[in-house]
Parts: sequence; C-alpha cells; structure tokens
Amino acid sequence: MIKVDNLSREFGHQKAVDNLSFEINPGDIVGFLGPNGAGKSTTMKMITGFLPATAGKIQVAGHDIENAPLEAKKRIGYLPEGAPAYPDMTVYQFLHFIAAARKIPKSSREEAIKRVVSQVDLTAVLNKTIDNLSKGFKRRVGIAQALIHDPDILILDEPTDGLDPNQKHQVRELIASLAENKIVIVSTHILEEVTAVCNRVIIIANGQKKFDDTPQALLRRSRYFNAITIGLSYIADISGLLELEGVADMQHDRSNNLITVFPRDQQDISAVLHEYVQKNKLPIEYMYPEQGRLDDVFREITTSTDNKEVA
Amino acid sequence: MHEIMTIFKREFASFFSTPVAYIFITIFLVMSGVFTFLIGDFYARGQADLLSFFNFHPWLYLFLVPAISMRIWSEERKSGTIELLMTLPITTFHIMLGKFLAAWLVLGICLVLTFPLWLTVNYLGNPDNGIIVAAYLGSWLMAGAFLAVGICMSAFTKNQVIAFMLAIVLCFLFVLAGSPVIIDVVQGWAPNIVIDTVASLSFMTHFQDMSKGVIALNDVLFYVISILVWLYAGYLVIEQKKAN
Repeated sequence: MIKVDNLSREFGHQKAVDNLSFEINPGDIVGFLGPNGAGKSTTMKMITGFLPATAGKIQVAGHDIENAPLEAKKRIGYLPEGAPAYPDMTVYQFLHFIAAARKIPKSSREEAIKRVVSQVDLTAVLNKTIDNLSKGFKRRVGIAQALIHDPDILILDEPTDGLDPNQKHQVRELIASLAENKIVIVSTHILEEVTAVCNRVIIIANGQKKFDDTPQALLRRSRYFNAITIGLSYIADISGLLELEGVADMQHDRSNNLITVFPRDQQDISAVLHEYVQKNKLPIEYMYPEQGRLDDVFREITTSTDNKEVA
Repeated sequence: MHEIMTIFKREFASFFSTPVAYIFITIFLVMSGVFTFLIGDFYARGQADLLSFFNFHPWLYLFLVPAISMRIWSEERKSGTIELLMTLPITTFHIMLGKFLAAWLVLGICLVLTFPLWLTVNYLGNPDNGIIVAAYLGSWLMAGAFLAVGICMSAFTKNQVIAFMLAIVLCFLFVLAGSPVIIDVVQGWAPNIVIDTVASLSFMTHFQDMSKGVIALNDVLFYVISILVWLYAGYLVIEQKKAN
C-alpha cells in the first residue's frame, strides 16, 4: 500500500507538487496523467525516495520513506524517466548488478535474470552493451531492471515513451499480466494507454490532484460519452432528431455528412435513435456509438483552474 | 559490506570496460618515468633509493587523480543513472565508499605497475626495501586524499570538465598549503594558530617523511581523516542535491 499525505515539493519558489494526497492499494493499476511539468515525475521521485519532500508524508507498505528508506525502497521497482542505465555495461552485466544490489541471493540471481529477460524479451541483446541498443530495447532493459526482484510495487515513469506500436502493446500486456495483487503506477501522456491498462486514473495539473477515479468515470466526463454518430449517404431532413426523448444536442459535420447526437445526462439513446431512423427511412450508411473523447476531458480537467484564475 | 562490494565491483569494472583506466595507467607510468629519470635525476643522484620517484607524486596526483575522479558522480548525474542508483536499497554512504574504493584500487594498481623502477634500483644498488614499501603505502594513502577531494567536487556537478577544474584547484591549494606561496598570503593578518593550521593541512608536508619511508601516526591519521572528511562532504552534497 502507498499512502501519500499532503505531499508538497518546491523548487526554489516554484511549487512542483502542491498538497497532494492519495492512497493506492494492491490490485490498483494507476495511470498517472498530467501535462508536461505537472508534477508527475516529481511525485514519483518522492515516492521512490529519490527526492525528499518539502512537506508531507509518504508511506510505502507501512514504511515511512524518510525514516525507513531502505525498507521502502526494497519493495519498489522503479523505472526512472528516460530509462537510464550504465551505457558501458552489457544487458546481462547490468541486470546482474541490479540483482546483486537488490540483494537477490547468489543462488537465485541467474533465475531472476532469466525470468525478466523472457518477460520483456531481451534474449537477443543479452550480451550487447547498453550503449548500442535501440531506444525500445533500452526502455525494456529499464523495465527488466525494475522487475528483477519481483517487487510488490512497480513505478514506471513513461514506460512506453519512444516505443513502436508493437512494443507498446507488449509493455501494456506485461503490465496487465503483472498487476494481480500488486501496485502499479504508470505515468504517461498517452491517454489511450490509461483506458487500455489502468483501473484507476489520477490526473494532476500544477502539482494538484484534479481527478481520481476509474478510466470509465473519466470517459463519462466527456460529452461524447454514449453519443451516437450517424453517417448519411445524402442530405436528409434530420431536424426531428433533436425532438427525440433524451437527446440534448446534435452536431452536423457537413463536409462528411456526419451527425453526432448527444444524449441528455449520458443516458442510452441508441434504441430511440434506431427507431427514429427506421421510421423516417433516413439514408443511413453507418451508425456507431462514441466512446467518450479523452483529449477533451483531459484538456478540460487540466486547464480548468487556469480559467478560474483568469476569471 | 555486501552493498559496498556490489558498488565497488561495478565501478571497478566500469574503469576497465572503457579505455579510461588503460589510458590513465599508461600516462601515469610514462609521467612517473619522466619525473623520476629526467627531472628527478635518478641516475645522477647516485643513491640507491626511490626518493626522486616519490618526491614528484604530489604533482603527479594533482593532475591525474582529478582526471579519474571527475566522472565518478558527474557521469551518474549526466546520464540520469543517479536516480537508478539512489533508489536501490543501498545507502548513499555505502555507494560513496564503494566508488571511492574502486577508484583507489585503480590508483593502487598504477603504483604497483611502477615496479620496474623498484627492480631497477635493486639491480643498481642495495636499497632499503622496507623504506620503499613504506613510501609506496604512504603515496597510496596520499592518492586517496586527492581522490576524496576529487570525488567531492564530482558530486557537485554533472559537467566533468568543471569537476576536473574544481578538483585541480582545490588539490593545488592543499599541495601548496605549507609552502611560502600560501603562507605569505596568510601571514600578514592571521594569528599564528591559523598559519600553523593552514600549513598543517598541506598534502605535501605530510608526505615528506613518508616518501623517506617514515610512517608516522600523525601523517597517516591526517590522510585518513582527510579522506573521510572529503567523502563525507561529498555525501552531504549528494544528499542535498540529488536532482539538478
């Protein structure tokens, strides 16, 4: 369990993290979202014991990170931003070093290395120096390093940054497969990643917590949630759509002849819409439900305070 | 202890996985040869000792030790591996010691590899080998003090060149502390006790007896304490500003 209490961190006069509190329990895969410079990495650095907090408390599995840093650090696997590693070492040497530093007994070190190497698929580059690896492999070495002691808590700062779509998919699968009874915190600015992997989203902006709920709840914030888009083969009279029960608004994209119908209070309007379309014999080409658009929600959540400040 | 060993092994191997250590050792050997034979007049002195070799060690270390110490923390900062290192369940002090011991051993290897000089002097005459061994140990100890200063400077910055320059300047002050250059500056205004203190901080004066094979407790203590103080200072620097 991770417990963060009124955490703050200042750099000079700038508040990077401002009175942040949350609790993360085993089984939680938390997506840490926020614009660049929002305080995501700073928060992670404090949880992992790299940066001291200016104010507030962090408990990792019951151990205070300030008073018992070693006990806390033992339980954490951490991939720092940019996946730093010693460039002059080979992948094997590097993993071996981390395994020793993590106090994995000599007898099971090889086994641990073998396990993570197969988990993140590093066999091909095991004896190459890290300096010569591609960005994707470097990132995977970083992840392997974080997993080597089979930690209860995994903190990954932008684990998929710089990976190609296949590699991204692989990392997401890996995270999902790990998650049972563990805590995983993943920072990212790729919004789809959050809905794909996480079961909880924390959004921070300007060092403050703006949102803390499930990805579903995040989607529900979008006005596109449960909206339905209809594609018409030619112009038809659609004014009647607005009169339907439960329909709040409608948007007509004339260039593609696409109509998006927004429901009132996010209710399900598909049945009513179907009925209307059939009754009026509208020239429907296709019709699909919208998922909710994270970009809009994200922008709305992370910029809302600025607007308030201006107003 | 296990933690120190883990760090030590990695650091030591890293010196040899790049050309750094090899170039360093080569330069060290060439320079010590130049100093001993050309500047130190090893042959002309006609003495069966290595005084002309050891006498130049402070000057040799002045430039060479910062060259090896500059990367020790700066590189960790630059590449971001400091974050990796400091989130491992190892205390900063253990990391510090591991790093110091690894570099110190490299310097020790350099000294050991000057053995042809020792063979030469034994071939030419009958030196007191006890004195030579003692002087070697003294020199190694002094190298440790230079190294600790360099590591502390390296902890300050992610720029290796800056770490190198800072270390040279500081080491230079410590080498000269007992010489007229520094003493004259202090003499005009400071009370005697300050002058004595400044003079007693000299890396040079404490090595003078050692280079003749006299291992005095106060000299040994001076270097040991210097090493510990500078490593501790470096430790505080790292703890204070881990991220830039």
